[in-house]
Amino acid sequence: MGAISIELLLASLMVASTPILLAAIGELVVEKSGVLNLGVEGMMITGAICGFAVAVETGSPFLGFVGAALGGATLSVIFAVLTQYLLSNQVATGLALTLFGLGFSALIGQGYVGIKPPAIGSVNLGILSDIPFVGPVLFSHDVTVYVALALVAAVWAFLKFSRAGLILRAVGESHEAAHALGYKVVRIRFLAILFGGACAGLGGAYLSLVRVPQWTEGMTAGAGWIALALVVFGAWKPWRVLLGAYLFGGVTVLQLNLQAAGLKVPVELLSMSPYLITILVLVIMSADRRRAALNAPAALGRVFHAST
Amino acid sequence: MIRLEKRPTPSRLWTALTPLVAVLATVIAGGLMFAALGKDPVEAIRTIFYDPLFNEQFASYSRPQLLVKAGPLILIAIGLSLGFKAGIWNIGAEGQYIMGAICGGGVGLALYPSESPLIFPLMVLAGALGGWAWAMIPAILKTKFNTNEILVSLLLVYVAEQLLASVSLGLLRSPDGGGFPGSRNFQHWDAAANVELFPGTGMHWGVVAAFIAVIGAYVLLARHMLGYQIRLTGAAPRAARFSGVNPTRLIVTCLGLSGALAGLAGMFEVSGPAGQLSIDFGSNYGFTAIIVAFLGRLHPVGILLAGLLMALTYIGGELAQFMLGLPAAAIQAFQGMLLFFLLAVDVLTNFRIRLIKSEVA
Repeated sequence: MGAISIELLLASLMVASTPILLAAIGELVVEKSGVLNLGVEGMMITGAICGFAVAVETGSPFLGFVGAALGGATLSVIFAVLTQYLLSNQVATGLALTLFGLGFSALIGQGYVGIKPPAIGSVNLGILSDIPFVGPVLFSHDVTVYVALALVAAVWAFLKFSRAGLILRAVGESHEAAHALGYKVVRIRFLAILFGGACAGLGGAYLSLVRVPQWTEGMTAGAGWIALALVVFGAWKPWRVLLGAYLFGGVTVLQLNLQAAGLKVPVELLSMSPYLITILVLVIMSADRRRAALNAPAALGRVFHAST
Repeated sequence: MIRLEKRPTPSRLWTALTPLVAVLATVIAGGLMFAALGKDPVEAIRTIFYDPLFNEQFASYSRPQLLVKAGPLILIAIGLSLGFKAGIWNIGAEGQYIMGAICGGGVGLALYPSESPLIFPLMVLAGALGGWAWAMIPAILKTKFNTNEILVSLLLVYVAEQLLASVSLGLLRSPDGGGFPGSRNFQHWDAAANVELFPGTGMHWGVVAAFIAVIGAYVLLARHMLGYQIRLTGAAPRAARFSGVNPTRLIVTCLGLSGALAGLAGMFEVSGPAGQLSIDFGSNYGFTAIIVAFLGRLHPVGILLAGLLMALTYIGGELAQFMLGLPAAAIQAFQGMLLFFLLAVDVLTNFRIRLIKSEVA
């Protein structure tokens, strides 16, 4: 155990939690509008390859992230059209998105296996980065880490303080009431889905451009599903989602470090631990039925069809 | 302006017609995709859908493969359809499939090298139990703690994959394998081999089980109380509750049945076409079966046909890969597209499209 440095552990925790944090904060907005998009995994992996391809072709990681957000959002358009205009089942459509995304990304990604993407530098925060311990842990990451944190704050403020956020929540709680008040339920949900797609795409690109950084088929390996679980874990509250992301980032980093340290525990057991802990946390969060029901948007997953 | 008007009852005509429309639309969109990849779309479509069955050169190899691939898909999809009908979403069939293979194969290997005729039946039983037990985890968590079964069953797939890696590198690794990962080959051990029953047909015990499952599910849904309860819960969950359907029991039964069938599929695969437990044993049948279940309209006979069609795209895809250099991923995207189109045209089953003049609201 002596081989593991707490400082490095915490620093890599920040990096490891960023992809799921980005995807989860996007999905939180989608679910707050009353839509359950199970296609996060598909949108993430599409973002991962779109971002990777754009970054490699242009040499700019920044453009890569833009491409990833566009890729994720484009895929989510399919989901939005199917569920909002053609009134398809959200569970089935989300699954379709994931299955299609996995195949589609593998198709685009064929030419990109084994290539190194352009590196993304860490932000220079001057004196802050030089503070012992706190500096390397908090202030020596690439810009995406801070963008993700800013996004959490922005989503929190948007939902809590803005009029648009209130309308979005109203649509998610009761689409009939929101419709009766004259709000465009379908349009609002469409935009929320697009936002969720873009965020998932960014999360995927963070995996392929920074965290790994490489492209391999199916590289998200369930990160999208963990992001979905995080939203439940966070009880649809942005800051709790952040907390959850750090918890899972911590578990991932810790198990990787334990593997490297050669602990006398089977590697497979360590590799499955993030998934097992996700399940455990889900159980704890949903065990209290009343509280779980109170937090979930009331119209979550229900199809809206204006009769008049 | 186009408006959708809800039908009082789903259209029977469109229920039957939508899969055909979806397949047609997918073939067109797929052709465009193949063209974008620089392949001749007509040739690609012919290689996928026609050549495996009727080309003189390939058909003798491909035709038996049709049943080999369709068997597990149908077996898993039948189980999934029961739950889907009742709004119980088991999407972790891939994990149950792997666990069925591990348990079925493990029980067999524990008795190596016995030649008792009881070995294979024991393995079948263990395979079904393995899949059942794996599906019981989301079932119990759902009924006891109200945990979302979609997320739990899916996350367990990744756990099962790690277990598979662990046993094929450790516990069940063949002692005679020269240190290579993977178990003993069941095809080389008569008592445990899931053999081809009629030479040249591809028919093995897993395919027989799939046909039995189709008939069983048909009878269950049409004639049995449980089938009625499943349909009732899917159509009106509250009404089902008031009429005495026990939701807990229904969840446990549906998840258990689908898990057991997926486990069986895995067991027949490992002792038959795959031959051994290895790290790359998982073949996405568990996920593709979701498409099969929807394409078959959650109806047993529909699933039978959808399973055969999906098996054809697998074989045709392999052939196109070999003949035209079409990437393997293209066929996966193609299958995903099929589900999209199906869900899109499904709107016609439940809604009527009306053209109306725009008016002041």
